[in-house]
Amino acid sequence: MEFMPNFRLHRPSQLTDAIAAKAEAESLYLAGGTDMLVNVRRGIEQPKHLVDLSAVAELKRRRDDADGLTLGSGLTLAEIAADDVIAARYPAVAQAARAVAGPTHQAYGTLGGNLCLDTRCLFYNQSEWWRKSNDYCLKERGDICHVAPGGKRCFAAFSGDVAPALIVYDAEVTLTGPDGTRRIPLEKLYRNDGMAHLTLKPGEILAAVHLPATHAGDPSSYEKARIRGSIDFPLAGVAVRLKLAADGTVADLAVALTAVNPYPHRITGTDAYKGKRLDTALLDALRDQVRKQAKPMRTTTVAPWYRRRVVGAIARRLTAELAGFTE
Amino acid sequence: MPLDQHKTILNCTVNGREHIRAVPDNLLLVDYLREHLGLTGTKIGCDGGECGCCTVLVDGIARHACLTLAAVCEDKAVETIESLDTRGRLAPIQRGFHEKLGAQCGFCTPGMVMAAEGLLRTNPDPSEDEIRAGLAANICRCTGYVKIIEAVQAAAKELRHE
Repeated sequence: MEFMPNFRLHRPSQLTDAIAAKAEAESLYLAGGTDMLVNVRRGIEQPKHLVDLSAVAELKRRRDDADGLTLGSGLTLAEIAADDVIAARYPAVAQAARAVAGPTHQAYGTLGGNLCLDTRCLFYNQSEWWRKSNDYCLKERGDICHVAPGGKRCFAAFSGDVAPALIVYDAEVTLTGPDGTRRIPLEKLYRNDGMAHLTLKPGEILAAVHLPATHAGDPSSYEKARIRGSIDFPLAGVAVRLKLAADGTVADLAVALTAVNPYPHRITGTDAYKGKRLDTALLDALRDQVRKQAKPMRTTTVAPWYRRRVVGAIARRLTAELAGFTE
Repeated sequence: MPLDQHKTILNCTVNGREHIRAVPDNLLLVDYLREHLGLTGTKIGCDGGECGCCTVLVDGIARHACLTLAAVCEDKAVETIESLDTRGRLAPIQRGFHEKLGAQCGFCTPGMVMAAEGLLRTNPDPSEDEIRAGLAANICRCTGYVKIIEAVQAAAKELRHE
């Protein structure tokens, strides 16, 4: 038998019941569980209550109207990847959903789960025995960070694939909790802290994602570097949205990264490229800018210098491909 | 089992048979299958959803039994490797693995076969790329995958009556 902490499982069918159940002490929301149940099995999370969201129909809704596309957080990654409307209007989002782990994970892993994914680190995502042998770490039970010893900050990397693809389209999220509902830009869901990277208030649930019509149809793509092409979390991931003007100059460029910071990072300063011709010099400048803003730490088996180089290279190549630019 | 163990009455169909049992809330589907129902064909290979050895079908879709709580399978139909044959006669996907030597040590095979079965139900005529993509969540350390792909192609061909 596998180790599992003793918890009570709640299976609400209404969102309000889910939020009420979450009021129990030491409780966690459970969506697909592809990452969370791994952490529960390893003793990283030891909840007293698990609130399973798989029976909440409200979280599986999808609405397409003049404002854009609204996706319930309970839609599976496979459903996002297979959605023709998403593929046509927001291609990077479909590509990112298809890049999460393997097909089996995508079939029950959810959009909301991928956005609320716990941050990851070589010293954290390990068995109980492994972590104990290392005196645990700052993020969990311990008081030392093995990535940056002496530091008081946690550098565990946010490693969700879908967030950067949504961020380049200025997606927003609806959060529902005991005190009501609020809607914020997806970027504001995150903060630069590997230990507490989500800005969710206690009991709040990410209920839906809104993809605005503003940039719908802009060409975009997502790509990640990983150890095994078939299943792994990203070592570095990049989403690029590029709109060219009729004269071939850059009308709009948005780039967002994952797995190289404790939060999905939108590259700042890309407005400077507007109106400029997309050429080798521009691509080189973009690559350098991406490398500079990515802050990979020693949180994976692959060295930070490589991830910084690869994240810049992917951003440069995706942008060139979207522009149809060949050197 | 501790006295304060939370339990749920689980009503689910496993390999065509309805089971109604009280199961601990924290029981994983893989342990329900192996320890409670004695269906040891489903394997536990890793602790992190990486290997795919525990793959079963839940309502016809491949799913990791080691990352699924048994109680979440309420009113669902679970199929394991034990369900495929008909009175000892191999199913096409099993025959494919047998005849094309798709199994070597055999440990990944139950999960691999169930993932392939799930794939063929949705896509009866997959290309090699579609087979590779469809089985990407299943790891085999022996065969190098070539024989596994041939096994799935052979089964698909048989199912199409070619």
